[in-house]
Amino acid sequence: MRSEYKLIFERSHEGRRAYDLPECDAPDAMNEIPEELRASAPLALPELAEVDLVRHYTNLSRRNFGVDNGFYPLGSCTMKYNPKINEELAPLFDDVHPLMDPEMSQGCLALMKDMEDMLCEICGMDAFTLQPAAGAHGELTGLMHIRAYHEHRGDFDRKVMIVPDAAHGTNPASASMAGFKVKEIKSAPDGGVDLDALRAAVGPDTAGLMLTNPSTLGLFERNIKEIAEIVHEAGGLLYYDGANLNAIMGVVRPGDMGFDVMHINLHKTFSTPHGGGGPGSGPVGVKKHLIPFMPVPRIEENSDGMYYLDYDRPDSFGKIKSFYGNFGVIVKAFCYIRSLGGKGLKEASQNAVLNANYVMNKLRGIYEIPHDRTCMHECVVTPTEEMMENDVHTSDIAKALIDRGYHPPTIYFPLIVHEAMMIEPTETESRETLDEFVEAMRGIAEQVKTDAAAIHAAPVTTPVGRPDEVTAARKPIVKYEG
Amino acid sequence: MVPNDRKYTRDHEWVMVEGSVAKMGITAHAAEALGDIVYVELPVVDDEVTMGESYCVVESVKASSSVFSAVTGKVVEINEELDGAPEKLNEDAFENFIAAVEFTEIADDLMDAEEYEKFCEEE
Amino acid sequence: MRSYVPNTEKERLEMLAEIGMKSMDDLFSDIPADLKLDRELDLPAPLSEAELRDLLHAYTVMNEEGGPLFRGAGAYRHYIPSVVPQLAMRSEFYTAYTPYQAEMSQGMLQSLFEYQTVICTLTGLDAANASVYDGATAAAEAMLMLRDNKRRKKILYSAGLNPDVIAVMKTYAHCAELELVEIPLTDKGVTDVSAVAANMEGAAGVIAANPNYYGCIEPMEEIAAAAHEGKGLLAAYVNPITLGALKRPGDYGADIAIGEGQPLGLPLAYGGPYVGFMAATKKLMRNLPGRIAGETRDAEGNRVFVLTLQAREQHIRREMASSNICSNQMLCAIMASMYCCVMGPNGMREVAAQNIAKAHLLAKKLCEIDGVSLRYPETPFFNEFVIDVKNAEAVNTALADYSITGGLILPDGGMLWCATEMNSAEEFDYVCDIVRDALEDMGGED
Repeated sequence: MRSEYKLIFERSHEGRRAYDLPECDAPDAMNEIPEELRASAPLALPELAEVDLVRHYTNLSRRNFGVDNGFYPLGSCTMKYNPKINEELAPLFDDVHPLMDPEMSQGCLALMKDMEDMLCEICGMDAFTLQPAAGAHGELTGLMHIRAYHEHRGDFDRKVMIVPDAAHGTNPASASMAGFKVKEIKSAPDGGVDLDALRAAVGPDTAGLMLTNPSTLGLFERNIKEIAEIVHEAGGLLYYDGANLNAIMGVVRPGDMGFDVMHINLHKTFSTPHGGGGPGSGPVGVKKHLIPFMPVPRIEENSDGMYYLDYDRPDSFGKIKSFYGNFGVIVKAFCYIRSLGGKGLKEASQNAVLNANYVMNKLRGIYEIPHDRTCMHECVVTPTEEMMENDVHTSDIAKALIDRGYHPPTIYFPLIVHEAMMIEPTETESRETLDEFVEAMRGIAEQVKTDAAAIHAAPVTTPVGRPDEVTAARKPIVKYEG
Repeated sequence: MVPNDRKYTRDHEWVMVEGSVAKMGITAHAAEALGDIVYVELPVVDDEVTMGESYCVVESVKASSSVFSAVTGKVVEINEELDGAPEKLNEDAFENFIAAVEFTEIADDLMDAEEYEKFCEEE
Repeated sequence: MRSYVPNTEKERLEMLAEIGMKSMDDLFSDIPADLKLDRELDLPAPLSEAELRDLLHAYTVMNEEGGPLFRGAGAYRHYIPSVVPQLAMRSEFYTAYTPYQAEMSQGMLQSLFEYQTVICTLTGLDAANASVYDGATAAAEAMLMLRDNKRRKKILYSAGLNPDVIAVMKTYAHCAELELVEIPLTDKGVTDVSAVAANMEGAAGVIAANPNYYGCIEPMEEIAAAAHEGKGLLAAYVNPITLGALKRPGDYGADIAIGEGQPLGLPLAYGGPYVGFMAATKKLMRNLPGRIAGETRDAEGNRVFVLTLQAREQHIRREMASSNICSNQMLCAIMASMYCCVMGPNGMREVAAQNIAKAHLLAKKLCEIDGVSLRYPETPFFNEFVIDVKNAEAVNTALADYSITGGLILPDGGMLWCATEMNSAEEFDYVCDIVRDALEDMGGED
């Protein structure tokens, strides 16, 4: 099973070529550029024939695992199936230059405007910008609204962003980047926001609160109304981290819960593929009072029904990305929403929640469930005491799952649960897939009793074994040295 | 064994005073809790450090941890060996200081070796 | 109605029964009733695949793309070899998540390691990250790298940077409370090196573009020297397609190289997804934001790739992290890497040479027209240049009648033209005839 795989640089043969350009029909002009500005040597890139290059990447892809390969219950990441039709339709816009005159790009503008409107309805917000390129970029953009809002009111002392300790790492990092001081509050024993801790944390320096709901434990924040009231009464604004929006589409809307600003991860909730870590898309929605601060440009419609890009927005905090966002990703998410409609989106959320509860119920008694109540779209389980006594930890269970053909759940997150495994099945998995996964989890639990060493040796079915991460970090090798 | 030639903080740092200079590092207990240390983000000579505030970050593969200063003053020396060999903190945390600070103020709640050992046991 | 939920109604009911619930509504009992939406979402009716296809085509016909294009200004039309999109559509790649589980993600991790090597090769630097969102956010992140490395809040930037890039830098700088100082251009269209030197006091470094927004090739060596002289660093914002012909950032002493990777095999796609690349010297490696792949071994000694130096990142450092980036543009980065490997050293040189040849021919032909002149005739350029013309609007309107997208009109009335290997000499004659006629018509109206 084990095998090393050559780097593309190690497959190079001088003189081979895969490129093919037309003959140049213009006279060579290299001499127009003074020699001291020109490259002195050819770039040390590999030289391959097309077939060699194709086989290199095709075989590399076989050393990878995507949703199309199998079950991928990675909590907080919503690894749902990525519909094929969307991949086919997004490239229809490949030839549109972003700086084409608006008269020549009305289709792109119209599609984005229609997308903004649909996201407003789904989330109960008043306006959306599609520009942020990913969830964390959306968080930063959203927080810029909060900062601009306070600054516009002359309220320069509101410098503190409150973040629960259960939050994704991006939340405090985005708050820092937006120029806020982060105040972390401890979660209540039930995993929700501790109202007393929140009351103690708010004050005249409060800029806002960042909240994920359902929380990173997969639980709905039952006190959301009280939380919104406490923050608003203190003069702060409420930020909604949309990472877990897949639980609640068509059931409850962030805007109706009292949130002032939010982001969505189109690459989670709206099924666009993750691409091995990107591109994503993180549209930001706001309530009316934050519209003046939104990033430029905004898409507007003139009296002739023509769309145009409006840069003339004096209170805007500025630009956050080149052009208008990850347009190709937006098209795929647009296709997804248009395929499902309102009823279909609700059906997706309902089944996501059903699948998570179904799995949690079946794992009860095999693993520990620290917060055992009806979960939303994901559940958090931990190893039993017996497993820990056998020195089998969450990371070992993850590796053992790989040998059984599954991508492991998110591990060691949220940080507030020791040895957490966060399982998010999503709605696009069938009952038998869930049953088989539970059987695999049970098999691991049983193997701990009979052969814990085998679990420590996992994975054995993969092309490589567990990497030595300590050496990788101590003596970093981050490029091929030839 | 916790050496008794120096003092200790409740955040598992040690401080050894020689005249007006305090050498500081982390304890073996801290190094063990961090696991394999892969990087030490050292302060820079002439940096001002403040008692109770972070002056250094120690990284393992999956964690990063602030190291807090027991004194207020100016960094006069850093242990550059840690830059290329952070594992030295795992090997012997007491033999490898992080920074030496010319100090004007020192924490008044430092523990001696015996008190620190007791503190670790109770923690 | 379209549904991607495999379980049938019967199966769903059985599953509900198994967890002791009667209906889907029971699953949501934690949500306060008065917050719940008491109606269906008001969205357009669901579409079948065929209807969806028709709808998307309806949007495309509202566009007028596909004609000759002479516009760049940050996004460039280059030939994309067929293998690049086809290999990127291997679903093991595009439907995967971030390669946190190294053993089952070697394909992506090795591809990333190769991408990092390609970027280091192009830029002549030691380390690259796994990408950021685009060129503009790469410049904004570079600003933070300069701040962190030098621990100074003053940053110089050249007025020759793309205005979009400057705008994004300003937004980020406001949040980080940085002091941004603009270095003007000389009348030759390049960064005023003496102004760099004069402003370096207390600055962490300077960010300058090569070629700059106006197409001009900058005296980067001199800018680097001025930055270093002033105890600061240089971050070079480069168009990567130029690096087959022009000096690399590492060659002229840049400490950081950043840029928009779109010219390397990514479609225009109305502005995204593109890819921001970032590279740095070894000394600055740990200041790079986001993911980095590294090489290590497994217990049997096999070479393995893994995400490394993670303790810099937000999921570990949280509010102490210098960047919040999590998702990046990984698939786009891999495509850029594939493109460079298809082209190889000779292809990269040839595509650069063709761009230079075409742009110079176009510039020559345009300037043969009465009333058209090159704004910076003494300054070398790559594939873009600015012309001055009496009425740029009239020129572009005339071209648009033939579905041709002319140069970008600048706020001062100049036009920024671009030619790549995708434009033919025949097109140039055709375009010049239209431009000539448009200007003559106008002359008649005067």
